[in-house]
Amino acid sequence: MSDLPRNQHIIASGVIATIGLTVAYISFTQEPAAAFLFPRLISSVFAVLAIWTFLKAVLGRTKVGNGLSGEAMKNLAPGLIVMVIYVFWAAKGLGFYTATAIAFFILLSLYDPAPHGEIKSWGKRVLITAGFMVVIYGLFAQLLYVFTPREIFF
Amino acid sequence: MEFLFYMDEVFAPMNFGLLLLGTIGGLILGATPGLSPTMAVALLIPFTFKLEPQQGLILLGAAYTSTVAGGAVSAILLKIPGAPANIATTLDGHAMALKGEGAKALQLSFISSAIGGVFGVLLLIFLTPVLAQWALSFGPSHLFWLAILGVTVIGTLDSSSVVKGLLSGCIGLWLATIGFDDIMGAQRFIFHSSVSGGINVIPALIGLFAIPQVITMFAKGRQSNDAEVIVVQKHAVSEAFREVIKRKKALTIGTLIGSIIGLIPGVGGQIAGLVAYDQSKKFSSESEKFGTGHSEGVIAAEAANNAMVGPSLVPLLTLSIPGSPTAAVLLGGLLIHGIFPGPDLFINYPKVAWTFIDSMLIGQILMCVFGLYVAGLAASVARVPQSVMAAVVLGLAVFGSYSVQNTMGDVYVMGALGLSMYFLERFGFSAAPLVLGLILGPIAEANFIQGSMIANATVGTGTYFFTGWLNWLLIVIVVASVGYSVWMEVRNRRYTSKEEILS
Repeated sequence: MSDLPRNQHIIASGVIATIGLTVAYISFTQEPAAAFLFPRLISSVFAVLAIWTFLKAVLGRTKVGNGLSGEAMKNLAPGLIVMVIYVFWAAKGLGFYTATAIAFFILLSLYDPAPHGEIKSWGKRVLITAGFMVVIYGLFAQLLYVFTPREIFF
Repeated sequence: MEFLFYMDEVFAPMNFGLLLLGTIGGLILGATPGLSPTMAVALLIPFTFKLEPQQGLILLGAAYTSTVAGGAVSAILLKIPGAPANIATTLDGHAMALKGEGAKALQLSFISSAIGGVFGVLLLIFLTPVLAQWALSFGPSHLFWLAILGVTVIGTLDSSSVVKGLLSGCIGLWLATIGFDDIMGAQRFIFHSSVSGGINVIPALIGLFAIPQVITMFAKGRQSNDAEVIVVQKHAVSEAFREVIKRKKALTIGTLIGSIIGLIPGVGGQIAGLVAYDQSKKFSSESEKFGTGHSEGVIAAEAANNAMVGPSLVPLLTLSIPGSPTAAVLLGGLLIHGIFPGPDLFINYPKVAWTFIDSMLIGQILMCVFGLYVAGLAASVARVPQSVMAAVVLGLAVFGSYSVQNTMGDVYVMGALGLSMYFLERFGFSAAPLVLGLILGPIAEANFIQGSMIANATVGTGTYFFTGWLNWLLIVIVVASVGYSVWMEVRNRRYTSKEEILS
């Protein structure tokens, strides 16, 4: 195993072990004890398995999971940033339809293999975005009557 | 024969319309690489809110059946399996298409899928009431062990690593405890206001199955969809029927193996297809032709992956234990209508249960009929660029999660779980046991608490949970599944790890 996946495995299993131990600590210290009976049971197993996984990662004996290559990280980073902003801020901040249209168009532009220099391909992206927005508005606003957070523009 | 009594419900205009919609939509979605049946069904759940319970289930059941069959289209014409269940189909299906027998391969795949699927649903029809009747006698200790069994079996069989599979199950069980405790009303692990009411299953399912797929598409970068769709030539359907009958050994092997594997919780369609393909090859008099475009390879694989659909729902409908991730999603579809499956489902909601099962039977035939005509269109849809698919799935995931309770908290939960699951998957963790833990956690806890109360008032906890042949049978199965997986892992002889299948 190369160093990159090994370090990644250590970080990932370290995070899980920390969560496991925190859950176990909370389960065994919080009151009322009766409410934490089942969490105590599962958190004990959770913590043991998480520590086991962490130790295997530290010793370089992790056999499953390829981690993330540098190229994959480079590829997914812009999409991930757009997604995080869209889901955790823009959907509420700008309104669902505005945020979705912007996020959809940006993601399409980022990952569409069509050349960025052609006006035709930009037109196609705008049309696809508009088409998707019409479908999603029809489905959720007209068919399911889902009232989304108030929009920034209306 | 109670199922015949509710058969006419399937043909009610609205129900039949939804069945058609689910079938045709499922065929198209199934043909799209990257859209797994589980994810397709999870994204469809929000659209069932306004429907009657049986109508929602008809739509979800039809989509489940058809996405599995639709995956054969891209497997045969593009050499890209639409779903993991269609991997074995690629081996001979694409070779047939290259030889100019694409239409024949598609026809064989839909006909054998339908035959296998009908057999699987008949098994569901006849096994379910028997098991449900038996399950009525289950007490809290049995139900507790059953829930643990569900998480353990999926954790050990669905994951490439036993420890990571079980750990995923534990994470799911822990997530299920977040929120207010049912008995004392105490707050547990509420670290953000979004989860104060606990984690809602539907946004969690959407996040866990859809978001990792979206990020996986991002990770591929600006990839052009250069897969060439092979133009299919006309082929008489009657000849395809004759060919399937002629290859009855492959059909029987595929159907039986698929049905048996479907009954085992955690063993998915990809295993069914691959095992059926392998066994069919072993028992064939023309085994040397396998891999070169032999019709038996397509028939065995497709009969198997659809035959497992019906039996995979038996544990869900009788014991409330979803046997597969898609069954877990279907459970989510039931829960939003306030229906909890289990032994008394057929007593309290016979119309819902039987109409759903009957619709799956009719759906198999519709899937075959439409499959033969929609295949060309589905193949075109399969060429939709990944950039569009990623953006569409993300948009649907956000709107779908919000529409569950009209709260942003569900969107945040969906996003957070989805992001975490993507990274967990990169390190060998699997979504299936986590989902099972999340769904079965409340069942396990409720029965554990109830059992503990009974035990404290009577024989004591140890005696209550560890005596009786049924308790021991369940414990032995839990231990055996873990032991078997550990043994296989140690000997490094697991013939179908996820990595092997995907490679």
